Amino acid sequence: MKDDEEKIFRVSDKLVMGVVGDSGDTTQFAEYIAKNIQLYKMRNGYELGPTAAANFTRRNLAEYLRSRTPYFVNILMGGYDKENGPELYFMDYLASSVKVPFAAHGFGGYLSLSIMDRYHKKDLTEEQAYEVLQKCVKEVHKRLFVSLPNFQVTVVNRDGIKVLPVIDSSSSK
Amino acid sequence: MARYDRAVTVFSPDGQLLQVQYAQEAVRKGSPVVGVRGSDAVVLATEKRTVGRLQEERTEGKIAALDEHVALAYAGLRADARVLIARGQIECQSHRLIVEDPASVEHVARYLAALKQEHTQSNGRRPYGVSCLVGGVEYDGTPRLFQTEPSGTFYEWKACAIGRGEKTARESLEKEYSASLVDTDTGAVRLALSSLMEVVHSGQRNLDVLILKKFQPIVSLKPEEIIPIVEEIEKNKESNNK
Repeated sequence: MKDDEEKIFRVSDKLVMGVVGDSGDTTQFAEYIAKNIQLYKMRNGYELGPTAAANFTRRNLAEYLRSRTPYFVNILMGGYDKENGPELYFMDYLASSVKVPFAAHGFGGYLSLSIMDRYHKKDLTEEQAYEVLQKCVKEVHKRLFVSLPNFQVTVVNRDGIKVLPVIDSSSSK
Repeated sequence: MARYDRAVTVFSPDGQLLQVQYAQEAVRKGSPVVGVRGSDAVVLATEKRTVGRLQEERTEGKIAALDEHVALAYAGLRADARVLIARGQIECQSHRLIVEDPASVEHVARYLAALKQEHTQSNGRRPYGVSCLVGGVEYDGTPRLFQTEPSGTFYEWKACAIGRGEKTARESLEKEYSASLVDTDTGAVRLALSSLMEVVHSGQRNLDVLILKKFQPIVSLKPEEIIPIVEEIEKNKESNNK
């Protein structure tokens, strides 16, 4: 089974979106949103901020929800806003959207959420945040009933998007 | 002849589409636009209409980016051009979504030309009163320059001019164009501005220059950068005339 699927999509220069759910729906929805955000940039000469982009995404989810073809996807959208700093949005397939300091989707989330709750602080540095993620993955590797070996890590800050080292099964040894 | 002006879909007895020709007249009244294809860049240069003291100059430009690698400069009816630009931008993103590759410059030019042609054959719609210069850089870096007309035809050019005085500007381009001259961006910019200045009314304060170069973001020259080039061209012209 595939254990290196690219789930984090680059939406614009300072915006990324992690998408999970029905295969097909995920790529389709993510690419549709990304290209619409790019269109906005070409039309208006500046990029949509994370709040506007998250709202746009949620609205699309909501409109498709009560159509014959809803998208069964769960989303975490993270971006950097010049005025308001970094922002994280949690969206699910029922078109809810909420800004949060930390979030998780999936079964691993049930284990990770308490770890993040314990260790998260508002002013974490990038290294410290990476360590919190490592703790979450360690827990998932130890206690989750499915094997999820690899975790891709992406950072968005004022300088743009950066990929950090993959957290894999060697980190828990 | 006058009776056949009314419905755009109807030929006149001598085989002309008068509405299309009238649209081309509207283009000839627009302020001039010049495009030059260099060896690794495309330059689009326009004369902006003079704005009143109280007007924001921001909305007056005649060049629009359709994607990160393609831009459009137009001559003619501004409102019609806005519609074409919007459709062009959508088509560029649509192409990226469906095919996962940026659209080729020819694809964009062909799309806009097809759009214009529809309006010469369907009921109740008048042609677009706009000619466009679509310039850009292909995926492998090759620069391309296309022209589209209200009739729906499109042509590829090494260098082209549209709008007021297009005949004079084109003659100037033909006289001065050489492959070695446009080998550098500065050479291409110089050629474009030199032909543009043959046909502009006002001085150098109202010129817009856009450079599309391979593997680089689109560059719009600032007035401080345009003025020294223009002054040099003027000096050369004067010394040539002596």
